[in-house]
Amino acid sequence: MLLTVTTTHRPATDLGYLLVKHPGKVHSFDMPTGTAYVMYPEATDDRCTAALLLDVDPQRLRARADSFELSQYVNDRPYAASSLLASALAKVFRTALRGASKDRPELAAEAIPLEIRVPVLRGSAELVTRLFTPLGWAVTATPIPLEEEVGGGDSRYVDLALTGTLRLADALNHLYVLLPVLDDGKHYWVAPDEIEKLLRSGAGWLAGHPEKVLIARRYLAHRKSYATTALTLLDADQPVSEEEAELPVARKAPLAGQRRDAVLAALAEVGATRVLDLGCGPGALLTALIKDTRFTEIVGADVSSRALDQAARRLRLDQMSERQRNRITLIQTALTYRDGRLSGYDAAVLMEVIEHVDLPRLPALEASVFGRAQPGAVVVTTPNVEYNVHYEGLTGMRHSDHRFEWTRAEFAGWAEGVAERYGYTVTIRGVGDPDETTGAPTQLALFRKTETTTEVTA
Amino acid sequence: MIDIPELSLVVLVGISGSGKSTFARTHFAPTQVLSSDFFRGLVADDENDQSASAAAFDVLHYVAGKRLAAGRLTVVDATNLQSHARAGLIAVAREHDVLPVVIVLDVPESVAWDRTQARPDRSFDRRVLTRMQRDLRRSLGQFAREGFRKVHVLRGEEEIAGAEIRYEKLFNDRRDERGPFDIVGDVHGCRAELETLLGTLGWELVRDEAGRPVDATHPEGRTAVFVGDLVDRGPDSPGVLRLVMGMVGAGHAICVPGNHEQKLARKLAGRTVQLTHGLPETLEQLAAEPEEFVHRAKAFIDGLVSHYVLDDGKLVVAHAGLKEAYHGRASGRVRSFALYGETTGETDEYGLPVRYPWAQEYRGSAAVVYGHVPTTRPEWINNTICLDTGCVFGGALTALRWPERELVGVPAAKEYYAPIRPLTTVETEPDRGLDIADVTGRKHLEYGYGRTTVPAENAAAALEVMGRYSIDPETLIWLPPTMAPCSSSTVDGYLEYPATAFADLRSAGVDQVVCEEKHMGSRAVVRISASGVGDSIWTRTGRPFFAPELLEPLLARVRVAVEPILAELETDWLLLDTELLPWSAKAGGLIRDQYAGVGAAGRAALPAALAVLDQVAARDLDVSALRDRIELRSAEIDGYSAAYRAYVKPTDGLTGVTLAPFAVLAGAGVSYAAKDHGWHLAIADRLVAADPELFTPTRRFVLDLADPSAEAEATDWWLALTGAGGEGMVVKPYAGLATVSAKNRLVQPGVKCRGREYLRIIYGPEYTRPEQLDRLRQRNLGRKRNLALREHGLGLAALDRLAEGAPSWQVHELVFAILAAESEPVDPRL
Repeated sequence: MLLTVTTTHRPATDLGYLLVKHPGKVHSFDMPTGTAYVMYPEATDDRCTAALLLDVDPQRLRARADSFELSQYVNDRPYAASSLLASALAKVFRTALRGASKDRPELAAEAIPLEIRVPVLRGSAELVTRLFTPLGWAVTATPIPLEEEVGGGDSRYVDLALTGTLRLADALNHLYVLLPVLDDGKHYWVAPDEIEKLLRSGAGWLAGHPEKVLIARRYLAHRKSYATTALTLLDADQPVSEEEAELPVARKAPLAGQRRDAVLAALAEVGATRVLDLGCGPGALLTALIKDTRFTEIVGADVSSRALDQAARRLRLDQMSERQRNRITLIQTALTYRDGRLSGYDAAVLMEVIEHVDLPRLPALEASVFGRAQPGAVVVTTPNVEYNVHYEGLTGMRHSDHRFEWTRAEFAGWAEGVAERYGYTVTIRGVGDPDETTGAPTQLALFRKTETTTEVTA
Repeated sequence: MIDIPELSLVVLVGISGSGKSTFARTHFAPTQVLSSDFFRGLVADDENDQSASAAAFDVLHYVAGKRLAAGRLTVVDATNLQSHARAGLIAVAREHDVLPVVIVLDVPESVAWDRTQARPDRSFDRRVLTRMQRDLRRSLGQFAREGFRKVHVLRGEEEIAGAEIRYEKLFNDRRDERGPFDIVGDVHGCRAELETLLGTLGWELVRDEAGRPVDATHPEGRTAVFVGDLVDRGPDSPGVLRLVMGMVGAGHAICVPGNHEQKLARKLAGRTVQLTHGLPETLEQLAAEPEEFVHRAKAFIDGLVSHYVLDDGKLVVAHAGLKEAYHGRASGRVRSFALYGETTGETDEYGLPVRYPWAQEYRGSAAVVYGHVPTTRPEWINNTICLDTGCVFGGALTALRWPERELVGVPAAKEYYAPIRPLTTVETEPDRGLDIADVTGRKHLEYGYGRTTVPAENAAAALEVMGRYSIDPETLIWLPPTMAPCSSSTVDGYLEYPATAFADLRSAGVDQVVCEEKHMGSRAVVRISASGVGDSIWTRTGRPFFAPELLEPLLARVRVAVEPILAELETDWLLLDTELLPWSAKAGGLIRDQYAGVGAAGRAALPAALAVLDQVAARDLDVSALRDRIELRSAEIDGYSAAYRAYVKPTDGLTGVTLAPFAVLAGAGVSYAAKDHGWHLAIADRLVAADPELFTPTRRFVLDLADPSAEAEATDWWLALTGAGGEGMVVKPYAGLATVSAKNRLVQPGVKCRGREYLRIIYGPEYTRPEQLDRLRQRNLGRKRNLALREHGLGLAALDRLAEGAPSWQVHELVFAILAAESEPVDPRL
């Protein structure tokens, strides 16, 4: 993997002083994942280019297996710019990154004409442009095509060229932060000190960057608590829930909260005190349910044991008082199996769950919930696909695991059919700020079990 | 002589020093005896600490409960002088439906006092002993009222010393009767149909002077079993009683009571009962019979035992069925369940009680045959079957031949009685299958080809896959096992090479193998039938391949090709093991994002690096070593790109999609695991011939492993195959899937031997460098082989169970275990 830095600031060979690497030599540095080389393909007074080439040793990469998800497979690490290259950059150009220079201190503090090229960088041209443009770069991001044999089209890589007049230290810090951000995966375990590294390298530019949320989150490898800390330190806004993480940033914040409130209101409406949260995931709703003492028995059920572990951590189950702890149970279940533990509750919530089930398997879920568990009420929420036109830049569905998204008519048709088949009545409402033509972003159905009056004919 | 039931809770009663512990030691195994002293010691470090009694009895009751649940005789050694202490034990016995028995050791107080004083650890007042003696006297008359079913009082040292224990069988224990049986469903006074049915089953009727049947005999010595409800509603209840009483009396039949007999007996005993549900008809018919007959009938009914365990415990008969925990147990609620079943407490729209679906939850190994609930068609559900086919309602009278499991029915001559609600059909019951408890938690499986333990965390991971992505788990009857590669080869430039594959099988004792072309696609299991009901195609993890609108046309084409084979094999359906081609049809996204993406990145990055290096070199700097390395990489990435491109072919919907079948796993009631691969491939070839556009042939090479020239030929065949871009081959024992070694151990169903170029997309573009190959040759195949063999055995067992008609949960637990095994940490490149 490769990046080059070029300046036309005369004398251009002063670049060697700034980088503390003599243009007349080939420099090599041993890195944990291979060997980094610094060399100068051109070095004249008019124009000087330094190249940082990291020769990744796949064997050494694999030896570090556990810290790196792709290590066991064929991967792009030897070719694409990534956190490996950022690490090499930090090691090899440490002084320049700090903006220091023993030999040319004034030049180090001066904005000079720079050209940066990263021939293979993971990321879409659109995102690359969004990240670098606000920093004062003229961005040319050319998608690298896939071969015709596999259907052609763009690969997930671009050939990036940046031009601008900036301090070299700023340029290098931009790369140091944004290469791993674009790569969206770090080759080492993200520890809390990464927050500090991010803030240090982002000093002076990150706080004002329109994409700081995305940058913080990706840089910190999606460790939400870290990103939140970093953003708080940057005085940023507070977002968001997991489900919306893939949506364009600006849209997400209010909806998750509105949806949760709507579900709680529906539960209050039916007077439920013993409730099931089916498909509770990492516990977005559970945290709200446990705070409300009206709910005396709360069961969070999910098919993923990992999600349940996350929920347990989020709820701090191990630190809960006995009385609180007795109110909540987390169980792993799959709605395609009979599960007696789910019977006999006042209400069940399926918040943003049904759209994660293959349509042909939906009747099995209906049978489990409405046919067998038979709670007194069922609250179902799901996206309103009509509203998707308002999500700028959204192609396809709102989440990569959604198997379908319904229009209001489709949802209503389904809900009425279920109610009819299983002896419930249903009312449907929108959640979130409604739009005149497309309706609200989320739709909610509240089912109530019909009282079965046994007619005994004499 | 003290008679106690084989399974019972024996409560010893006696004052301190009466010799209970000695008695227990003499007559019972140490582990059968739970002594209060011992449990006091466990919870308080002091056997005499009376303040620990409550805790000690808590634990004692718990242990007694565990023993009784497992069907083990349990003896409680404690004074048990107070009724509240005994009440706790009675409750434990009832909870596990075993009979509580009391044995009283009654010795003179002076004898007990002498013994007590001789023991250094006992220091209490004589008054305590006197009080105990008083309690004992008071207790003696109360045992029967408290619920003890047998009371034995041994008076004096001599009687205690001379006592002998004799075990008696429970009435319901007829495990030593092995049939064969003809089990008859609810007759309800349909004498004519019963006569016809018995005739159809080969019975010869014995008639009295009036021509009425009074007995029947079977030339093959079969035994008839009646599931109860002989009477009411139908035209001749006395006639049915006469015949069945005669058969039972002669030892030709066994009969359990139904709720209708129960009610009739109550009426005949003079109790007030509602004259409904066909009882008036019976009473009217009985009125025409002599009083002596009515008396005999009443005595017959009173003597009936509510359920039987037969045939070494493999068969249980009860009128309304019986859940596993009640098999061979005796209590009021066991009898009640056997007679009436369990109800939910609700009533349905016809005002009839809603029955609890115990059969759906039944997980026992004994078959339970019952009646009580009229159904249109008898069907096995979890090893239980209801034989009541509503004869009196105009349905049929049905019998089950055991152990043949063959159903024989005769239609009713007419509708004798109108049903209150329509007959239940099994199909209308929404779920009968799988319970979450069948798959969650740590599971130990014995599956015929071996045993395995599924760790809870693997089960949890598999449940997520099954829950989120799989087709209906009940229809997921088999999953392909993973396959181990051949041992690493030392041939220059190769990691895998035919010689080691052949050597692997040779060392497993295999002498003839078939080399089958390994198709580079996606493993696809096809379930196909003539009717189209339940057909599906799924992946190696149980996911559906296509949305219904693509799946159905594909299945329809497969169906056309398979139809003549279905007819020939006399099966309604077949399960085919196939590869779906091309790879890109299912893995298109993966190829583009992962494999082709890496190729594109490499093909862009390496030339860019070379350009930089050329410029640097032009400045008279020496970068030649680095340049050579990058140039080699560049060639390797080209080879890698060529490798994955070979498996990409354009498809549009189903156009371009083909199936390469290579094994026929199962059909209705049969597993084809024992068929040799010649048979499997012949069927595959016929499918290809029937629809060459849909089916892709599997190239193969059969060879004798003792023949070196054949091995050389096979090696050339493999080199040509892989040289032309083929993935490689699978070498299988020719004898078939269920091949076993000389030691009768299952042999790997095949080892894969993958081509040199193909392995670039597995091990990376540069894997053929000598130093890398040396490292890769050290790969450890042990885990992978164990896993492959375990999954293979589980799969074979699933096919066997399917063929035997085992309950779906028994098939599913094995299939689920295959998926769970895939959570084992094994190098995914193997």
